[in-house]
Amino acid sequence: MIDKPLIEIVDLHKYFGELEVLKGINETIKEKEVVTIIGPSGCGKSTLLRCMNQLEIPTAGKVIFEGTNILDKSVDPTIHRRKMGMVFQHFNVFPHLSVLENITLAPVLNKVMTKEAAEQKALELLEKVGLQDKVNEYPRKLSGGQKQRLAIVRAMAMDPKVLLFDEPTSSLDPEMVKGVLEVIKSLAITGMTTVIVTHEMGFAREVSDRVWFMYEGVIAEQGTPDEVFNHTKHPRAIEFLSQIL
Amino acid sequence: MIDNIIRILDKYWMVFLVGLWYTIWIALVAVILGTVLGTLIAIVRMSKNKVSKSIALVYIEVIRGTPILLQFYLFWLGLPYIFPNISDLTSVLIALCINSSAYVAECVRAGIQAVDSGQREAALSLGLTERNIMLKVILPQAIKNILPALGNEFIVMIKETSIASIFFVGELMTAFKTVQSNAFLALEPLIIVGFIYLVITLTLSHGMKVVERRLNAND
Repeated sequence: MIDKPLIEIVDLHKYFGELEVLKGINETIKEKEVVTIIGPSGCGKSTLLRCMNQLEIPTAGKVIFEGTNILDKSVDPTIHRRKMGMVFQHFNVFPHLSVLENITLAPVLNKVMTKEAAEQKALELLEKVGLQDKVNEYPRKLSGGQKQRLAIVRAMAMDPKVLLFDEPTSSLDPEMVKGVLEVIKSLAITGMTTVIVTHEMGFAREVSDRVWFMYEGVIAEQGTPDEVFNHTKHPRAIEFLSQIL
Repeated sequence: MIDNIIRILDKYWMVFLVGLWYTIWIALVAVILGTVLGTLIAIVRMSKNKVSKSIALVYIEVIRGTPILLQFYLFWLGLPYIFPNISDLTSVLIALCINSSAYVAECVRAGIQAVDSGQREAALSLGLTERNIMLKVILPQAIKNILPALGNEFIVMIKETSIASIFFVGELMTAFKTVQSNAFLALEPLIIVGFIYLVITLTLSHGMKVVERRLNAND
């Protein structure tokens, strides 16, 4: 493991109106690290993830990505979002575009690749996730699992430095979950820096370098999967894990 | 009566045909330009800038809150101060475009807001610029919501062009007036013109239903 920090989160706070959802988060994600965020509903896991690429604007604090505080007013978040892929619970694939167009849209519009190069890359990625025969289909013809794999490929097409997964399997039918988790795992193994908000504890235990347990807007416990799942002393974490495992 | 209608049609069919042509192209130009302008206004209306947002809101409310006849007079009386040689037809066209743009702006806004917010988030997360998000992700999906409303707007415009006949701009109601004063008959040409309006509006609304079905079949 290389110890170079990729994302540093410094004293991050987020309010929704009066409600304080994040109450001072301090953490570092290193390059090639796989971090899983777990915790009960409403604890702020998704909000924390969405603050990393500024889909939510934090109320206070810093998110330092590759040495730049991307919350700085003078920094254009668009540039940094290109290096941070995101995969959503509800897939959010573009229904008006074919599978291929879904993938090539961003690299071509953002001028990081020619159309030909983007299509070449898209075909390679589709093959890796087993969607090569769906190239010209429209998303309405895909199953949930296929849509989510498409969404992962779409994020990968921008060659991101980190992938953020926001409950990627929560709206999938049970039989679809495994295929999607396998794709995520294959990326994690190849050294993609990955942050995953998930309720799949078995998966978290298997792929994570570190697990963050969040409770009421703070990271209440963090460590290796073994430390968090087997040796936690935090009463809320014990309670949460006993309910879910 | 029937005899008179047949006689008038025989003698003045060309006048009605020209009137029909004017009605259709005036309404079409008004809706097309109104759509372009209305889309821009809708985007401004949804922007974060409070000043431009309020200007767009006032624009929409003023136009939707005053009668179109008043707007015709306003442009017909006001525009010659700026463009001394402007024709009545151009003044009327501009008034119709502006009127249409306010209604279209609200259709467009509703159509855009009906697009799932996850689409915008996905586009943001890919690092697309606001402009590309709107042009390549949101608008193509919003069109499906907007198109039926635009069809309606076109039908409304076809009917509203009739009010512009007070300035003799050559559309169907002007044709009625022309025929009336030449043939010394009023009710007969009015019935003819009314029938023509009905045929266009019914045809259009039927056509719209077909298009809508096609759009939904693609889901």
